[in-house]
Amino acid sequence: MSRESALVTADWAEKHLGADGTVFVEVDEDTAAYDAAHIPGAVKINWKTELQDPVRRDFVNKQQFEALLSSKGISNDDTVVLYGGNNNWFAAYAYWYFKLYGHGDVKLLDGGRKKWELDNRPLNKEEVNRPATTYTAVHDQDRSIRAFRDDAVAAIGVANLVDVRSPDEYAGRLLAPAHLPQEQAQRPGHIPTALSVPWSKAANEDGTFKSDDELRALYGAAGLDDSKATIAYCRIGERSSHTWFVLKELLGHSDVRNYDGSWTEYGSLVGVPVALGDEPGTA
Amino acid sequence: MSVDSCGAPEQSAPIPASVDVEKETVITGVVRAGADPVSGAYVRLLDATGEFTAEVVTSAAGQFRFFAAPGNWTLRALSRQGNGDATIAADRGLNEVAVTVG
Repeated sequence: MSRESALVTADWAEKHLGADGTVFVEVDEDTAAYDAAHIPGAVKINWKTELQDPVRRDFVNKQQFEALLSSKGISNDDTVVLYGGNNNWFAAYAYWYFKLYGHGDVKLLDGGRKKWELDNRPLNKEEVNRPATTYTAVHDQDRSIRAFRDDAVAAIGVANLVDVRSPDEYAGRLLAPAHLPQEQAQRPGHIPTALSVPWSKAANEDGTFKSDDELRALYGAAGLDDSKATIAYCRIGERSSHTWFVLKELLGHSDVRNYDGSWTEYGSLVGVPVALGDEPGTA
Repeated sequence: MSVDSCGAPEQSAPIPASVDVEKETVITGVVRAGADPVSGAYVRLLDATGEFTAEVVTSAAGQFRFFAAPGNWTLRALSRQGNGDATIAADRGLNEVAVTVG
């Protein structure tokens, strides 16, 4: 993977609006944003109701994913271009899903919805109806890019753990990103030995990703050992998808997993070690 | 979020009933270009070291709202009308701050 295969610019996207075999998909935290205005021809995926199991805390399974993409009119050989608000957090999360189930050609729109809006590029409210397809996932979940709680515990002091939340969440001074209420059930803090590299350091103010050289310098300076496996986590796994995308898809690190349970799971576990404050702590 | 864009502009965004304002440090206000509220502006909350903490989009009345912690914060707004910054020393409860872009 590389920047050329995983990322498209807003200019490229605008030139490819309506192109055969290219499907734009908006994925937002604020799921009403799409209804107010969206990129012409784009379909919407609701990360909460369509990408999560409706009962237990887990993803949609292979059959549910196939049904979802079929209903959205997405084919196996389509180029899927994902974009969204919040600096592409949820679009990156969806990108990771598409990779979990082996979709061939999926890309992120650099800068997401924010850059598109700030650039004054076209948006409309027109209803989009794509004829249903019969989508078949290439394989079941690719466990090599998904970490579970036991993997996170086993990585303490052994592999790279990257905490991509804001510094105040890492230290335990905040329990959630600051656009959400702070009353939460979890214990504050971070997984011991996790490096603090907020996802936002990988992005420019307009939501575009920093250059490969800047990104290599960022993780190098933070102490990430790229000879070791890496697990990224945040609060619910969406911001860490953004960092997973940077490490795996832009920089091409070979073994990078996203721990989607993240702090809402880890911070609720009984008996696991937790570090408080700005330092990583010891194993 | 409900917004009455026909009436006098509200100074702060509404707080959900489930949120205890006594326990939260709410930072809220309106983004304006001159006298006019700017809707659809991207407001970034930066911590005391300048690091990003959160980002929201302003409402039709130009309002934004964050749940933070007591301390010093910077608000940075990006919009088609231009960008702007403001700083605030926030305490527990409701903290209002205006941001001007242009």
